[in-house]
Amino acid sequence: MTGLFTPILAGAGAEFRIALRNRWVVIAVGVMALFATVLSATGSAPTGELGADRLSVTVASLTSLAVYLVPLVALLMSFDAVAGELERGTLSLVLTYPLARVELLLGKFLAHLLILALALAVGYAIAAGAALWADPRAAAGLPALWRLFWTSELLGATFIAIGYALSALARRPGAAAGLVIGLWLALIVLYDLGLLAAVVADSGGRFTTQVFPWMLIGNPADAFRLYNLAASEATAAAAGIGGAANAIPMSHALISILLWPLAALGFATLAFRKVIP
Amino acid sequence: MTTLSLTKVNKTFGATHALRDVSFDVAPGERVALLGHNGAGKSTLMKIILGLFDADADTGGVQVVGAAPGSAQARRQVAYLPENVAFHPALTAREQIRYYLRLRGEPVAQADELLERVGLGHAARRRIGTYSKGMRQRVGLAQALIGKPRLLVLDEPTSGLDPVSRREFYAMLDGLAADGASVLLSSHALTEVEARTDRIVILSGGTLVANDSLANLRRSAALPIAIQVTAHRDSIDAVAAELGGTRHNGKMVSLSCSHDDKLARLGQVAALGEVIEDVEVLPPSLEDLYSHFSQRSPS
Ligand SMILES: Nc1ncnc2c1ncn2[C@@H]1O[C@H](COP(=O)(O)OP(=O)(O)O)[C@@H](O)[C@H]1O
Ligand SMILES: [Mg+2]
Repeated sequence: MTGLFTPILAGAGAEFRIALRNRWVVIAVGVMALFATVLSATGSAPTGELGADRLSVTVASLTSLAVYLVPLVALLMSFDAVAGELERGTLSLVLTYPLARVELLLGKFLAHLLILALALAVGYAIAAGAALWADPRAAAGLPALWRLFWTSELLGATFIAIGYALSALARRPGAAAGLVIGLWLALIVLYDLGLLAAVVADSGGRFTTQVFPWMLIGNPADAFRLYNLAASEATAAAAGIGGAANAIPMSHALISILLWPLAALGFATLAFRKVIP
Repeated sequence: MTTLSLTKVNKTFGATHALRDVSFDVAPGERVALLGHNGAGKSTLMKIILGLFDADADTGGVQVVGAAPGSAQARRQVAYLPENVAFHPALTAREQIRYYLRLRGEPVAQADELLERVGLGHAARRRIGTYSKGMRQRVGLAQALIGKPRLLVLDEPTSGLDPVSRREFYAMLDGLAADGASVLLSSHALTEVEARTDRIVILSGGTLVANDSLANLRRSAALPIAIQVTAHRDSIDAVAAELGGTRHNGKMVSLSCSHDDKLARLGQVAALGEVIEDVEVLPPSLEDLYSHFSQRSPS
């Protein structure tokens, strides 16, 4: 008989295998490893005067990198999930099997989370190795690195699920690809620029004090950046955004990081329900 | 108890009336062929039976293995082979079937045996991306055999199969039906469903125009039966005059008669005795029958 999680695990297994064959696993791991290596090699400025160990500084640079890279990798892995199956014609068959649509999504979700975790683990391990090799005090930065790892995974989870939602809304892989790139630009690049422009124009008014902090933690990527940088005083100072970060309680950023994956998954499930094979 | 019961099923897509008041039942162990031109509504009807989308609100009812279409109970007991079935090209047939077995809660060890059964044992470990259309169709069949379904819904299952494979396929259906499974299959290849199905349902423009056994359809269509008489070259004129048929190619006479007159006509031929070399009786072909029903305006 089918166990509770059998359909999800079966889907995750098939999806992971497909990602292996399509080289997605290799690409994701390779990209993270490459960027981590480049960061470790270039980020070798002396940091002694800030009192921060080498790894904590690396974590700060990795955070700024992950804000761009993790959502991008997540969206590129997920945009094809529904639209691709619809176009290939594989969806109509599997939807006649005894499993709920949300189980189908959760299977893919599990596989994509695992691939992302592998990529993050390899990339961050390279960065940690380089820091520990160069600076014996770097072990002090390990908690910050661990925090970066699981928050990156949650950030990725949010964007994987958003990718599914857009995939279901677009119904065609080409349109879905366009949507996820547009969303990445809007949420990761333009959002911050827009906020910055608004803050400058407002010059310390109500927007800056009342609205801006909420808009910052409302965006999963900004919440991720704030949480990681604010969590460590030293790195916050190093990154020079201490002011903005201090205005917002860390718990709020954490709540945002935790709630976003659930909200995005709920949204993806609703969008998928509307897809007629 | 019927396995499938359709009562006045309606479905519109915008202005297209894909199905109009379609009603019929399928009993356990029965093999029913759903025939119709492209666009007649066969695939639409099947997708409604599977619960992939709903029939219109003015539908009388759809009962699948005693449950609502698409319900958990129905899905557990209904297998589907979609038209132009597709799989992920990166997976092997074995991996794909093992995945489907897991979804149905069946032991994955059955995969090899299932693939063997549809003649894919040798290619089981190759990626489906390298398969021909006929081989993909066999993977589709293999997944439809998982877990002893009570109803198999097969949308043009033999498209892409060569004649030998088609025969094997219908032999497999016989076995399933003998075990009590019901089969609803669509086709536009008429001759192949002739001997292999118990009943024929013909859809034309979304309307059911025929629903009966082939023999009964033949009777009710009352299409003329052709009788071809071959006689000696020198007596052929006399034979033609006696029987009142049309002569052609020097030694043959063609007669046409209704079903009820058939024996009487054959008696006349037999009475001519020695001069007759051969007699052939040609019932209306399936194509004739099919065009007769699908052109008839719905009553
Ligand atoms: N998803 C859909 N949207 C709009 N029209 C559709 C859709 N599916 C089927 N149709 C229309 O419904 C009619 C029946 O189609 P279909 O059931 O596929 O026919 P068949 O399988 O007998 O060839 C056709 O006119 C077809 O164009
Ligand atoms: Mg069709």
